[in-house]
Amino acid sequence: MSPLLDVKDLVKHYGVGQGLLGRLFGAPPRKVQALNGVSLHVGAGETLGLIGESGCGKSTLGRAILRLHEPDSGSVTFGGVDVTALDTGGLKAMRRRMQIIFQNPYASLNPRKPVGEILAQPLRLHRLAEGAALRERVREMLEHVGLRAAHADRYPHQFSGGQRQRIGIARALILNPEFVVCDEPVSALDVSVQAQIIDLLARLKRELGLTYLFISHDIAVIGYVSDRVAVMYLGEIVENGPARAVLRRPYHPYTRALMSAVPRVDRADQQQERVRLHGDLPSPMDPPPGCRFHTRCGFATDLCRSVAPLRRQLEEDRMVACHHFPEPAP
Amino acid sequence: MTEPLLSIADLRVAFATRQGLVRAVDGVSLDVREGECLGIVGESGSGKSVTFAGVMGLIRPPGRIEGGSIRFEGRELVGLDPQAYRRLRGRDIAMTLQDAQTSLNPALTVGTQILEVLLAHGDDLPSGRARLRAARQRAVDMMTLVGIPAAARRLGDYPHQFSGGMRQRMMIAIALSCRPKLLIADEPTTALDVTIQAQVLELIASIRATLGMSVVLITHDLGVVAEYCDRVAVLYAGQIVESGPTAQVISDPRHPYTAGLLRSVPVLSHLDRPIHPIEGQVPDLIDLPPGCRFLPRCPMARTACHNPVPFHAFAEGRAARCVLAEAPR
Ligand SMILES: Nc1ncnc2c1ncn2[C@@H]1O[C@H](COP(=O)(O)OP(=O)(O)O)[C@@H](O)[C@H]1O
Ligand code: SF4
Ligand code: SF4
Ligand SMILES: [Mg+2]
Repeated sequence: MSPLLDVKDLVKHYGVGQGLLGRLFGAPPRKVQALNGVSLHVGAGETLGLIGESGCGKSTLGRAILRLHEPDSGSVTFGGVDVTALDTGGLKAMRRRMQIIFQNPYASLNPRKPVGEILAQPLRLHRLAEGAALRERVREMLEHVGLRAAHADRYPHQFSGGQRQRIGIARALILNPEFVVCDEPVSALDVSVQAQIIDLLARLKRELGLTYLFISHDIAVIGYVSDRVAVMYLGEIVENGPARAVLRRPYHPYTRALMSAVPRVDRADQQQERVRLHGDLPSPMDPPPGCRFHTRCGFATDLCRSVAPLRRQLEEDRMVACHHFPEPAP
Repeated sequence: MTEPLLSIADLRVAFATRQGLVRAVDGVSLDVREGECLGIVGESGSGKSVTFAGVMGLIRPPGRIEGGSIRFEGRELVGLDPQAYRRLRGRDIAMTLQDAQTSLNPALTVGTQILEVLLAHGDDLPSGRARLRAARQRAVDMMTLVGIPAAARRLGDYPHQFSGGMRQRMMIAIALSCRPKLLIADEPTTALDVTIQAQVLELIASIRATLGMSVVLITHDLGVVAEYCDRVAVLYAGQIVESGPTAQVISDPRHPYTAGLLRSVPVLSHLDRPIHPIEGQVPDLIDLPPGCRFLPRCPMARTACHNPVPFHAFAEGRAARCVLAEAPR
């Protein structure tokens, strides 16, 4: 069976300012390599978790899939349709099927509109409902996400952070999409509220038969919600596979470092040695040659410093891009 | 037993707002002992930062300390005159803020900012012309200590030229440059990625060991507390609901809120264990009923919980604000 979403070799570079000297002396424009040939697939009904540090390109990937940012090259196929080839009309129709939930629910909601109006807007735009039917659909959606019909008349600032995220979810789901990019949906929320939203997203997925791309920098949250995971570093997927398999036995040194850096309430009884990672994420404007992770990897060799590792396909749908792990490449 | 370095007793801080009096801190009592790391856990708005703004003498109108006492090395800080407070803040107690981005001055080089602190408080620095040179050397040493590479060359950089992790380090370097006895780190890693978070927390831990200072680590992450703090105090709606040695509180929480927090986050080594949200929301801090503040969200609530519940010790070193504290679950 072909996957619902199939992303192949997606590339997205952002041009950044050259600066005065650059312009005067004609230096070539600088580019941020936000996505450097990303491939992944998501099956219908599946949750793919995308993990990585801030700035590694997770949000860019989520937006490029929906063409909220235009990718430079590569393809996005959704339900057999080449999304990258759609014209404006085709893209608008596709937006009914693919939606996004943002990290900061407050910034993404219009503060001057009551919630009922915020939720009605997509229905009007797509001419899907009006009058009593529209109001009924808005009421139904509010209740679906654990709010009340009376909330339709209130403004975003009258809600708590968790309730605002419920509104963001309602807005994304009101068009009945099949696929939703959840971009750090719980990262801005307090701990006790995070679990409420994680539960809500899981219930909605079950009830509405949704497929998720779930983006987070929290590896425990990713492990909890995902069927499969993809680990991203500086614009590239360095490891992916079934969530439990990858998190039980991570291969790539970066995945291992990420997991080991998480402070845990149970480390004392696990007695694990922490894999230390030195230094910061290198600038995506000037990524290291060879393996992009070599400047922070404790296992880097001369090979790693000069040659980029290939993606290796391993057992049970697992991929890893590393010269030396799980065992030396042939 | 020797007297604790910092001792807060029944501290109450309120803010006058148009909606009414917000009791942001309402009867907080805690001790920080010589050389220990105390974790302060709570959700946003629970009173973590206000409590320690109180310790730093930084509560400004419409906020007001309504009562209680804050003693540092036996000396009462509530009501201390501003001049004495400024000396204390520079020399004995330092605080780093959650957002290094906004708490460093974007218009000044980091060198200027660290030198300002050093020159104002470096009583042991030589006087005259040698003073600036000695201060500069100490600034470079401090920055090197917190792991900023090529520190001497970076003195002339502006904060925006630093990455998030480096800015947080710079703020720690500035806080440490007066060699405080107590470092209060307010969410030092919340905005950072896990790999950088681990670097910053390990840095604070190693400096604490080297300089023998006490640390208050404010965080919302129980994992951070478990790995770096000797003891922990859990705040809810302006009150401490539970405190004790970290390992005991985590393995045997006696307040339903602490237990609820522990059940609401996924644990990497037990991903099959379902998480359970704490239903409902943090209460509004205006016009609270007299009973337990957690009552509307508490699965164990009973009649007695509608009366005021005292924060009380129930075992050696452990205390909680719950009628069921005595019963292990
Ligand atoms: N509009 C933009 N213009 C220039 N650079 C950008 C823009 N948006 C993102 N970037 C850069 O692209 C890289 C990836 O960003 P992003 O996808 O937002 O990462 P993440 O979601 O993992 O935090 C970063 O270096 C970021 O600074
Ligand atoms: S290819 Fe080399 S540098 Fe890259 S992760 Fe593997 S061992 Fe480390
Ligand atoms: S005092 Fe009562 S309501 Fe409050 S936490 Fe304890 S059991 Fe729950
Ligand atoms: Mg992002």
